[in-house]
Amino acid sequence: MADAAAPNSSTLYHPVRIDQPVKVAAAGVEVFYADKQALHGINLNIHDRSVTAFIGPSGCGKSTFLRCINRMNDTIDTARVFGSIRIDDEEINDRGVDPVLLRARVGMVFQKPNPFPKSIYDNVAYGPRIHGLASGKDELDAVVETSLKKAGLWDEVADRLDQPGNSLSGGQQQRLVIARAIAVNPEVILMDEPCSALDPIATARIEELIDELRENYCLIIVTHSMAQAARVSQMTAFFHLGHLVEYGPTEEIFTNPRDRRTQDYITGRFG
Amino acid sequence: MTDTARPAIADAVRQRLARRHRAEGRFQAFGIGAIVLAITFLVVLLGTILIQASGAFTHYTLTLPVTLEREIADPRGDMSEASLRRGSYNQLIQTSLQTEFPAASSRAELRELFGLYSGLNAASIMRRVVADPSLVGTDIAVTMPVNHEIDLYLKGVTVEESFRAGSGMLTPDGTAGDVMLSGATAVFASAIERIRQQAIEGRDASLARAARLEADAGAAENRDAREAALAAARRARDEAARFDPVIDPETPVTLGPRTASLLVRINGGVVAVSSLDPDGRSAQGRVLLPLQSAAGSREWTEWVIETPSAGRRVTDQQAVYARALEERGMVDRRFNTNLFFNADSREPELAGVLGAFIGSVLTMLVTMLLAVPVGVGTAIYLEEFAPKNRLTGFIEVNINNLAAVPSIVFGLLGLAVFINTFGLPRSAPLVGGMVLALMTLPTVIISSRAALRAVPPSIREAALGVGASRTQAVFQHVLPLAMPGILTGSIIGLAQALGETAPLLMIGMVAFVADAPSLGISGLTQPSTVMPVQVFLWAGASERAFEMRTAAAILVLLTLMILFNAVAIVLRRRFERRW
Repeated sequence: MADAAAPNSSTLYHPVRIDQPVKVAAAGVEVFYADKQALHGINLNIHDRSVTAFIGPSGCGKSTFLRCINRMNDTIDTARVFGSIRIDDEEINDRGVDPVLLRARVGMVFQKPNPFPKSIYDNVAYGPRIHGLASGKDELDAVVETSLKKAGLWDEVADRLDQPGNSLSGGQQQRLVIARAIAVNPEVILMDEPCSALDPIATARIEELIDELRENYCLIIVTHSMAQAARVSQMTAFFHLGHLVEYGPTEEIFTNPRDRRTQDYITGRFG
Repeated sequence: MTDTARPAIADAVRQRLARRHRAEGRFQAFGIGAIVLAITFLVVLLGTILIQASGAFTHYTLTLPVTLEREIADPRGDMSEASLRRGSYNQLIQTSLQTEFPAASSRAELRELFGLYSGLNAASIMRRVVADPSLVGTDIAVTMPVNHEIDLYLKGVTVEESFRAGSGMLTPDGTAGDVMLSGATAVFASAIERIRQQAIEGRDASLARAARLEADAGAAENRDAREAALAAARRARDEAARFDPVIDPETPVTLGPRTASLLVRINGGVVAVSSLDPDGRSAQGRVLLPLQSAAGSREWTEWVIETPSAGRRVTDQQAVYARALEERGMVDRRFNTNLFFNADSREPELAGVLGAFIGSVLTMLVTMLLAVPVGVGTAIYLEEFAPKNRLTGFIEVNINNLAAVPSIVFGLLGLAVFINTFGLPRSAPLVGGMVLALMTLPTVIISSRAALRAVPPSIREAALGVGASRTQAVFQHVLPLAMPGILTGSIIGLAQALGETAPLLMIGMVAFVADAPSLGISGLTQPSTVMPVQVFLWAGASERAFEMRTAAAILVLLTLMILFNAVAIVLRRRFERRW
């Protein structure tokens, strides 16, 4: 296993500044795609009930790291993951951990809205159904309703739950996907550039939603928009060329970055 | 961006643009040309098949009153099924026909009379009697197809003939046997003219052939070829000389197997003329259908069968019987149900596609049940679950190679493995279906894999992201989305199998099978054939009547294919609409 302090790693670790306990703790995470190393010794603590943003130029490894947290990299044949990631002090890379169960605890929202080509109701009910989280129709109806309400979509779709999920607008689809993730009652929600395919109004709506969800969930969001990171997140991590360059409270990263590369990036000099 | 540079670039661009537009126009013209050509070929192809097949959908049937005499239908006299099965029903049909034509007494006449139908028809009476023994002793009406040559004659396919009202008084000197027909004037003049004209044409054709052969002989490179050509030319000249007596205006016109036949219908009977006086006043002939009286009559018909009797399979006597039965309303043209509800037969008029149709249905059922689940399962495993390593790569290459293996090789494999090693029956739909399933598998696998690959990965990620297992993601999300593509590929593979002949030849499905296999589990091991093989068998048959039946069988096969594809389209639409 790669050592946490790899020689070429320039990770700067900020002490915890917010008052929430650590939810996800990564230590020495390295990822290889075939022979190419995509991540170099990532050490990172992510706090519960807060929003953590991953920023960095394309190909810097932020999405790769995000996918390590619910072991989505397992689905890529050539990907190999080393290091330790603990959620609530439980090692998720252990052989004994079932990725299916893990993904029920760690929900994910993708860059492009990807509702199932089924009805709105079935989209939200799918997770609870396969995990057996609701017994009986009434309970399932309740889960669907609360999930859609939490995702702020209920008022718009309450009267057409039987229509296909794809018939919604892009922003609505993304909220539907968030409702789908919430429905299995996860502890952590991963969002991979959730607003990059949306217009500014839909983006604002999602950002509001993210802020609301912070009350109950640990959210991790990958974004290309520094403005978005500044708006929604409490903590920000800057990745560059597979290294975690800087990690700290958002306002500190944006107002007083310690690393030159961070500064260059947030001032738009490269990226 | 100087002012001098700009016009030059614009000119160059404009010149190139004109060339590019021309190239585009050319390409479009080629495309349209190709489409027009393809459609023309299709129309010509379908048109020929339709025209060829049209004759097969109707046929002439003979309806006879048959008395089921006890001692003949029930030879043992105990009314048991075994006894009824041994009845000489053909004899009963013959008796009925003889009652129709009491004058037919000589062996030759009876042979021609009984040649109007096939003796195989007796079996259908037997089946009727066995099903209902109370018919024995009663009169029943029996409808059966006429012999295929008679059928073709009545349809006007093989024989040219014409009827013309005679002019002037004509008097026969008897009602049966050899008679002389005398006219008050030259009543046969026009007939003589036509027969002479035909003879002259025949002679000229033979002479022309002789001249051509002689020219060939002159140009021949070796002696053998020259002598063969000269011999053929001599034969052609001899043939031409045979027409001379007919052409010579001084001698009586003798009608024979190489000339047209002249029949005279008079007083309810028919006389076949054998020689005509050159002056056209009288004719010698033989009665083929007895005359009712020997009185002179102005009401007579000149019936000329232009096709020489040597060139046709229907004799004058048979033509007379057939037309007489038609006049009496006993022979009429009907829809050919035999073609659809009978199995194959040696007699074209009794042959049908039912056996091959059932064989095809059973074979396709086996093929579908084997190839589709196995093929789709393989595709799912290889595409969604199998690790991408050398072994799976090797398997993939081999599956692709299998798709290119000539189908007859699968037939050889079926013969060696299924029949010789496993001892499964020959000619059976079970084995045919297994062989075709092997042939179809690569197509199903390849198209299913393509369909699975076309499902966007975001759907898999979405399912895995909410905690679905891999199997759940595949079966609940990916597979339903890939279903239209999988169905299309599978049905294309099955349609290809439906039209396949070569591998089935190897496992004995080319056999002549006179009984349709039963449409059930037991039919799977009964000998049978399939539609394309039936087409192949009929196309090779020597009887002319099979020609149109071949075209009709092709149409049935095409209809089946179109139905298949229609089902594919409907299924695809339904699956697509659900998502």
